Amino acid sequence: MTILGALIPISVALGAFGLAAFVWCIRSGQFDDLEGDQHRALFDDD
Amino acid sequence: MPLDSRQASDKIDLLIPSLSCAGCMRKVEGKLVDAVGVLSARVNLTNRRVAVRFDPALTDAEVLIDMLGKIGYPARPLSRTDRNDPMAKQSRELLLRVGVSGFAAMNVMLLSIGVWSGADAAMRDLLHWASALIALPAMAYAGTPFFTSAWRALRAGSLNMDVPISLAIFLSAGNSVFETAMSGQHAYFDAGIMLIFFLLVGRYIEQMTRARARSSASELLAMTGRTTMRVFTNGDRQKIATADLMPGMQVAIAPGERIPADGRVVAGASDLDRSLITGESLPARAQPGTEVNAGTLNLSAEIIVEVTKAGDESLLAEIAGLVGAAERGRSRHDQLAERAAKLYAPSVHVLAALAFAGWLWVTGDGRLSIQISVAVLIITCPCALALAVPTVHTVATSRLFRGGIFLKDGGALERLCEVDTIVFDKTGTLTDGRPRLVDPLPDDHPAWPMIAALARASRHPYATALSEAASERGIVTADVQDITEIPGKGIVATLNDTEILLGRPSWVGASSGQVAFSLPDSDVVHSFSFAQSLRPQAAEVCETLRAKGYDLYILSGDHPDAVAEIAEATNIPKAKAELTPQAKHDFLKDLSAQGRSVLMVGDGLNDSPALAAAHVSMSPGSAADTTQSVSDIVFTGASLYPVLTALDVAATATRRARESIGIATLYNVIAVPVAVLGFVTPLIAALAMSGSSIVVTLNALRQRTLS
Repeated sequence: MTILGALIPISVALGAFGLAAFVWCIRSGQFDDLEGDQHRALFDDD
Repeated sequence: MPLDSRQASDKIDLLIPSLSCAGCMRKVEGKLVDAVGVLSARVNLTNRRVAVRFDPALTDAEVLIDMLGKIGYPARPLSRTDRNDPMAKQSRELLLRVGVSGFAAMNVMLLSIGVWSGADAAMRDLLHWASALIALPAMAYAGTPFFTSAWRALRAGSLNMDVPISLAIFLSAGNSVFETAMSGQHAYFDAGIMLIFFLLVGRYIEQMTRARARSSASELLAMTGRTTMRVFTNGDRQKIATADLMPGMQVAIAPGERIPADGRVVAGASDLDRSLITGESLPARAQPGTEVNAGTLNLSAEIIVEVTKAGDESLLAEIAGLVGAAERGRSRHDQLAERAAKLYAPSVHVLAALAFAGWLWVTGDGRLSIQISVAVLIITCPCALALAVPTVHTVATSRLFRGGIFLKDGGALERLCEVDTIVFDKTGTLTDGRPRLVDPLPDDHPAWPMIAALARASRHPYATALSEAASERGIVTADVQDITEIPGKGIVATLNDTEILLGRPSWVGASSGQVAFSLPDSDVVHSFSFAQSLRPQAAEVCETLRAKGYDLYILSGDHPDAVAEIAEATNIPKAKAELTPQAKHDFLKDLSAQGRSVLMVGDGLNDSPALAAAHVSMSPGSAADTTQSVSDIVFTGASLYPVLTALDVAATATRRARESIGIATLYNVIAVPVAVLGFVTPLIAALAMSGSSIVVTLNALRQRTLS
């Protein structure tokens, strides 16, 4: 069970990594126009 | 696209109200990027804006706006206050809190699974401490909106939804820390943080719905800052801000412009389109001495107007005042969710307190009693209730959005459901405001090319109708010279040195019709008559509405004959003509005094007091800006069909919202006794909470498939 001592911090660190990525997404404005981006994915040029 | 940082660039945000689909987004961006001097252009479809970076040496905002107008997307620059939108910042912050609480909830849940699957005492304590480490900071950060709102309510001496929520969060956190320290079995870190997560999701959804409404409000702000051409007594001209107009000043109004203030014509003669102000469908003559109102559209020639009343005193401002009064007078509608919340908060507190007192009295065990009352608070927490109405409104709003209907207030859906009477304006609402040619010449008639050429030169509605009829038939316009418009009479031009005329029958020398064409040299005369054209499907929509049991009325400012014609075409016998804005407003007040819930559909400025006085109001996208700002719902497109769609969607949405609140209540009816009796473990709390939230969300989504 001592393995938990390592596993818990690892899982928390992975979660924190995900959270940091999410924060970065918000900061860089990727959630500002969900409506437009869903269509933009289908445009072939630009 | 790559951006050279050394290149000088300027940035402007434009609001494009008609931006509503992927195709529009592409067209607007494509057009802008191809334009000279534009470095980049990016559309935000959610709030109908486009951000453009351009080289100020090569182009400017006016050129860009003009260009967009030409491809059918009228744009307006946004004012500075709009751009630093505090709501957008709030929305990002809220999303961040959703993210943090979601992260914490998932991790704590993972640790809790270890506890539930039967960890021994030492391991359980370790897992509890790890949970506390993640959950406590997350709760403190993500829960802040609830804490501040609850604190504000308490200080004002009232209770809102956030008070029991905050209490549940605080007590569950405090109790769980205590239990963990005492090596107890039950800690509620998972339930506490999950609670916050679900509630925040509900709030975020609500905020997204409101973002759309906000973009319609911005359209109004963008209106200020228009300019007018002032004419000095020595003949000099200067552009000044409309807001700076003073009585006594003279302004020049070019054809196609709206008159900025009430006044009197001092020079020039023209035809004026007063439909937006009075509802009259046909243009009125203007010559020196004619009194004119702000908002009137000048059609045929330049006129000079001396301002008599500007700003706060003009008819426009008077109507705006009437609107304000009507809006304040509208009894605040108690929304479904608010009514539920009012009952909810006190009963939860009483229940939790009773559970604590009861268990303390029976067992005398303080620790156990606190634990049970915390369980009651957590299990009754209104996750499902908080999600029920926002999810339903979001789904309904996006259904309406797809149909070209913009909802400015979620509460309008509930009000729309209670409607039993529908009042229509005539000009611009039931009709499309434009006359239609009823007796065209044969398609190959030799006079067509000349008529088309003359008609194209004027903005008079009859001329426009003729010119449209000509282009429908693919007529090539004749090459005529010296086209002159004589205000109030018609258009004269020459073709191969022969004079040709199009205009009033009496001027042209005809005896019938509303417009006539003549070649005076050769005695050729053709006269034309026009009828008002109904909006597409207007008659069917009215028929369907009547079949559904709604009571229909027409209120118009137009002449009785014109109103009677439309009343017959739509089969609405209850029609009133020649009403002033005040009279329309009073009529609506009378209806609501009789206990009716009225939906008012109108487009003119003269309708706006009535729209504000109605239970719910709708306007077509072609309506005046002020009118749109008063209406709860704005619909685009030529058809009147959106009125039906909106009523249908509202009916379904309100049914779903009621069901969802019912489900949430049923859940409490089952869960509360279980909690009060002390059977709720953290596992049961977690399952019950997510279960009810998911059921409520799925119920809201059911609207999509049922249409």
